[in-house]
Amino acid sequence: MSSEPVISLRGVRAELGSRPVLRGIDLTVGRGEVVALLGANGSGKSTAIRTVIGQVPVSEGEIELFGVPRRRFNDWRRVGYVPQRTTAAGGVPATITEIVASGRLSRARFGMLRKADHAAVQRAIALVGLADRAKDSVNALSGGQHQRVLIARALAAEPELLIMDEPMAGVDLASQEVLARTLREQVAQGATVLLVLHELGPLEPLIDRAVVLRDGCVLHDGPPPQAVGQHALPGHDHVHPHAAHDAEPIRTGLLS
Amino acid sequence: MEFLDYAFMQRALLAAVLVGITAPAIGIYLVQRRQALMGDGIGHVAMTGVGLGFLLNTSPVWMATGVSVVGAVLMELIRWYGKTRGDIALAMLFYGGMAGGVMFINLAPTGSNANLTSYLFGSLSTVSESDVTAICVLAALVVLVTIGLRRQLFAVSQDEEFARVTGLPVRALNLLTAITAAVTVTVAMRVVGLLLVSALMVVPVAAAQQLTRSFAATFAIAVAIGVSVTIGGTVTSYYQDVPPGATIVLLTIGAFIALTALATPLARRRARAAAAEGASQSAGDPAECVIPASREAADRAGV
Repeated sequence: MSSEPVISLRGVRAELGSRPVLRGIDLTVGRGEVVALLGANGSGKSTAIRTVIGQVPVSEGEIELFGVPRRRFNDWRRVGYVPQRTTAAGGVPATITEIVASGRLSRARFGMLRKADHAAVQRAIALVGLADRAKDSVNALSGGQHQRVLIARALAAEPELLIMDEPMAGVDLASQEVLARTLREQVAQGATVLLVLHELGPLEPLIDRAVVLRDGCVLHDGPPPQAVGQHALPGHDHVHPHAAHDAEPIRTGLLS
Repeated sequence: MEFLDYAFMQRALLAAVLVGITAPAIGIYLVQRRQALMGDGIGHVAMTGVGLGFLLNTSPVWMATGVSVVGAVLMELIRWYGKTRGDIALAMLFYGGMAGGVMFINLAPTGSNANLTSYLFGSLSTVSESDVTAICVLAALVVLVTIGLRRQLFAVSQDEEFARVTGLPVRALNLLTAITAAVTVTVAMRVVGLLLVSALMVVPVAAAQQLTRSFAATFAIAVAIGVSVTIGGTVTSYYQDVPPGATIVLLTIGAFIALTALATPLARRRARAAAAEGASQSAGDPAECVIPASREAADRAGV
């Protein structure tokens, strides 16, 4: 672990609407570290991650990525992001390759993908074990496979930092193992990881440090807490239904 | 092929082909973003532009382009800032645009609701030389954007949040999509009419995706369907004296129904082929069919 932090949040506050969600968060992720953000629903862990990538505006405090203030940071090829999604599909059919290729755009100039870029895309698909389905539509995939596609998309740019929002939510066991293995390989190659988790689960051995949030404050920052009771059972799969961000019943599409 | 002898039919066919290309080309990104009805909204706003064109005695096509671009940008801004009351704001924009069109055209000395009708439902025989020039220029712009920036537009339309983290200028690309859609509406206005434009943006894409698995193929087939129905509708309206806009839209819906009927056996055959392949190399995903082992009914939220 070198001295220069990859991610650093100092006294970060953020509101969603008028409701304060983060009330002064300090968080540092050093190079090569694997940090898990834990906490109950509504504790602010997803919001914390989304302030880092600039999706949620910060009302107070400072965020730095690779030592650069986030507002001025533009070296996005170093960052791979896995948003919290239940699906990788959009309103039009798209193949796994097409979706993963969009993750390579941060390294492409003017959106032109060269031979090396296409090779990197296929490598990322192979990493998550979907090489034989690269030309299939994502609509034909299971929930766990959707998550694998989202992770391959983040890996396509060969990032140094991976930011993941609940990559294990609603993922079947086979895909959980593939994801844990993929992550292990990335960490072995020196990747830095910040991920939101509901519980440590199969990723537990990888995690260096756990930061637990409650009501928008840091409650614990240190070694991962020990799982107790039924949570400690191997293969304990803890799935909460999250309202998908696009789940409202009537959609005219004009406001989405 | 006697209809090719008439200059007005040559102009009409050229305009029709350009509309058949551009409407699905931008429409596919709107469908991908699940904003299929955006074209309809822009069409309403463009009516004010047509009315203003008559009132100020300038070209209704260029005026409609200007006004619908402004309207599309406003819609995009409402999407950013007005999530809570956004639907009300959009409704006011749409119907305000429509009312403005009717008002202005009736104030204009040369205008009447009859003029407006040709813009609402399309009228090939009145496509003028200068209209064709405008349509060509605007269509070139739309093709340039939708094909030249296809990877960027695909990424932003697929997942806006992720696109931001790849460093793409998401807001600029959203604005560009809105503006391109507005331009397409005015390109298509003379051929299918403002009220039917949206159908040509959405239905060919919906028809194409009955058959396809990839975005690229959906794009190509949607444009092919678009060109076929606009040519078919134009020629039909020449021989049968039926309104071209309505003919084109009905043909498009016919294509959708035909492809949907075709898609069911095709999907079944694909599934059978996939199953056969899976049996021959059953390595695939063994646990995919297994129910996760240790789910318990009384699962409590933890950590």
